[in-house]
Amino acid sequence: MNKELFRTCPESGLQFHKPAETLMRTNAVLAVVILLFGGITALLVTLTRWPAVHLLEASQFYQVLTLHGVNMLIFWMITFEIAVLYFCSSTLLKCRLATPRIAWLGFALMLIGIVVNNAAVLNGDASVMMTSYVPMPANPNFYLGLILFAVGALLGCFVFLGTLIIAKEEKTYEGSIPLVTFGALTACIIAIFTIASGAVILIPTYLWSIGYINNIDAAMYRLVWWALGHSSQQINVAAHVSVWYAIAAIVFGARPLSEKVSRTAFFLYIAFLQIASAHHLLVDPGLSSEWKIFNTSYAMYLAVLASMVHGLTVPGSIEVAQRAKGLTNGLFEWLRKAPWGNPVFSGMFLSLIGFGFIGGISGVVMGTEQINIIIHNTIYVPGHFHATVVIGSTLAFMSLTYFLIPVLFRKQVMLPGLAKIQPYLFGIGMMVFTMAMMGAGTLGVQRRHWDMAFTDAMIGFDYPASAYTFMGVVGISGVAAILGGAAYVLVTVLSVFFGKPVGSESSFGFTTSTLTRAEPVVMPEGGHEAAGKWGFAAPGTFLLAMFFLVIFVLYYAVNWKYLASVWPIS
Amino acid sequence: MSAIQPPAETVWWKQPLDKVEGTWIAIALVWSLFMFIMMPLWHIYGKQNLSNEAYRTTPQAFLAKTQAMVDEFTVRTETAANMPVVRPPPGSDVYILGRLWQWWPILELEKGQSYRLHISSMDWQHGFSLQPVNINTQILPGYEMVMTVTPDTSVEQTIICNEFCGLGHHNMTGKIYVVEGGP
Ligand code: HEM
Ligand SMILES: [Cu+2]
Ligand SMILES: [Cu+2]
Repeated sequence: MNKELFRTCPESGLQFHKPAETLMRTNAVLAVVILLFGGITALLVTLTRWPAVHLLEASQFYQVLTLHGVNMLIFWMITFEIAVLYFCSSTLLKCRLATPRIAWLGFALMLIGIVVNNAAVLNGDASVMMTSYVPMPANPNFYLGLILFAVGALLGCFVFLGTLIIAKEEKTYEGSIPLVTFGALTACIIAIFTIASGAVILIPTYLWSIGYINNIDAAMYRLVWWALGHSSQQINVAAHVSVWYAIAAIVFGARPLSEKVSRTAFFLYIAFLQIASAHHLLVDPGLSSEWKIFNTSYAMYLAVLASMVHGLTVPGSIEVAQRAKGLTNGLFEWLRKAPWGNPVFSGMFLSLIGFGFIGGISGVVMGTEQINIIIHNTIYVPGHFHATVVIGSTLAFMSLTYFLIPVLFRKQVMLPGLAKIQPYLFGIGMMVFTMAMMGAGTLGVQRRHWDMAFTDAMIGFDYPASAYTFMGVVGISGVAAILGGAAYVLVTVLSVFFGKPVGSESSFGFTTSTLTRAEPVVMPEGGHEAAGKWGFAAPGTFLLAMFFLVIFVLYYAVNWKYLASVWPIS
Repeated sequence: MSAIQPPAETVWWKQPLDKVEGTWIAIALVWSLFMFIMMPLWHIYGKQNLSNEAYRTTPQAFLAKTQAMVDEFTVRTETAANMPVVRPPPGSDVYILGRLWQWWPILELEKGQSYRLHISSMDWQHGFSLQPVNINTQILPGYEMVMTVTPDTSVEQTIICNEFCGLGHHNMTGKIYVVEGGP
């Protein structure tokens, strides 16, 4: 091992391989730039869907919505995730990064892909939404950009896998890889599957758009496209769950309740998510109910089970760590006395709550074969996925950034006061936003729709006044969340480019050493349970989980009841 | 060791489960299985199930069938575009086609009667969203979707397109009247 290529972070004790460090920084910075762009599109789209404002013209709206979907869902998420993959392999395993040159090649392809794709949409002839459903045609560069980006991301995945192999051969760690790295490996494996599906569908579509293939079947396109579209969401989930575990470890020194359970849960994601593209096709013609039920439930519910397990074990491990430090009064002292002023923690915890309670429950409900009839393509759907991919993944990544600024970028966090409230503004704004969207969707308001008043339509339709109220709330809370997002970009950019180098004390009011070097929990005498209640190591978490279950059951029942009021269909 | 370090025990898979995890996994598994069983049960006892009957078709073939129905059963025309309002007999096969940017024709159905509703697209993908009853399905070119519907409220229904289909997407609407039965 060439020592000169490594630096040890004095506060956290983490070891950075310098070429890997540069790559992580560059990928993370690019991701934040994309998020900024995506945030501007979010503002324009939100102000148009807010009925009282209705900002953009129809054609602009569809164009900007296409930009928003692709840049946020694909470019921001994946670019940040590549940085996370390098961190979880090279840094956590104290290993040199495999083939940094290939990693740079991957980065270049991703960047070119982003530019090519965005240029096509900005050019005005590719307003086809991120899904680009055939046979609606787009400028060929739209698909080409996506393909280039995907190839670049694939190279990043291979660099990650290569680094794991090197670490094993050079014995840079003992025993098994850390849980967080295992989670990242899960994300990486799913990413490879995802990108392969993407190639299977996007390459023929590209050839079709330039005239080499004359027909692509619409149903086949949807089946394969969603193998890409859905599994890429699973990359995000695996990545943000890993980030949750990492933050629990960083802030509290938490150790997994049991390695076996957490790792098995990650494994369930790999085993059971691929075919879950079915739940996007529940009301499509030409697929049988048996196929839909098998694929959504057998497969999806086991993956849901996995998320329910992580949803318990992450806060559970925090509770155990806090109890071991003596916060054992009552059921919730461990939570009350958690560092709510530290955005690394507060963001992560809001991410966990929002993802589980809003994104998780709504996802399972609308993924039920028959209930999908009352939800498909309404604005309920973006309500659901802003809870998963924005509150879940994006907020988790934001909170991780506050840790990376001192540790990876070696800068103090600027505007610490703003940083402290940022997760609340963004997280709570988004929670209101997503629930209001679901309310409007339940009343039949559509997604990807410029005019809920049908002013120019030959045949009109009047939504109830409550639908307009919900969309007004969507507008207001959306703007609040966007301000939260802007605060994140501002703090990050200022700190990274203009911040003071870190001393031993970050400007946060908490030292980076407590931030990163929380001692792993020492088992109290008599084991975990001794500090808990009812023989449970984490009784407070268990109660929270039961509360979650009650809401889940009630909401599930309400939706069946609503479905039962619809016209009989057979 | 914490989650960012290798597990302390090399044989971590033998570490016993904590009671809190074991209990929760059992509860969550039971709930997952219950949710799984609900779907087949609803096929048996519930009234809202898509038949999954579908055929491959072509825009020409589907248009011909729809046109035949329109020619036979049109009762009047409406809107500036003289959209035919069609009242086929209860129990019959009825057709709606989606095209840029309208749902054609308007149907008039009797409350409490069943109809075999066929839907397809002439061009791109569309979303068939019947409001306010709130029934939503995906409509694809080349596929003819068939479902038996029984309107049980006499509220006039608007068909809204809820799959993005280009510039006129938000103007793509249609109508289904539901009227009390009788001659
Ligand atoms: C504060 C932040 C955000 C706000 C206020 C916001 C708002 C919106 C709105 C109003 C829509 C349009 C819904 C419709 O008419 O169909 C939308 C769509 C969407 N958003 Fe966001 N968004 C935000 C952040 C994000 C982020 C961070 C992501 C991804 C990580 C994301 C992914 C998407 C996607 C994939 C769509 C759907 C695009 C489509 O239908 O093709 N959004 N967003
Ligand atoms: Cu349409
Ligand atoms: Cu449309």
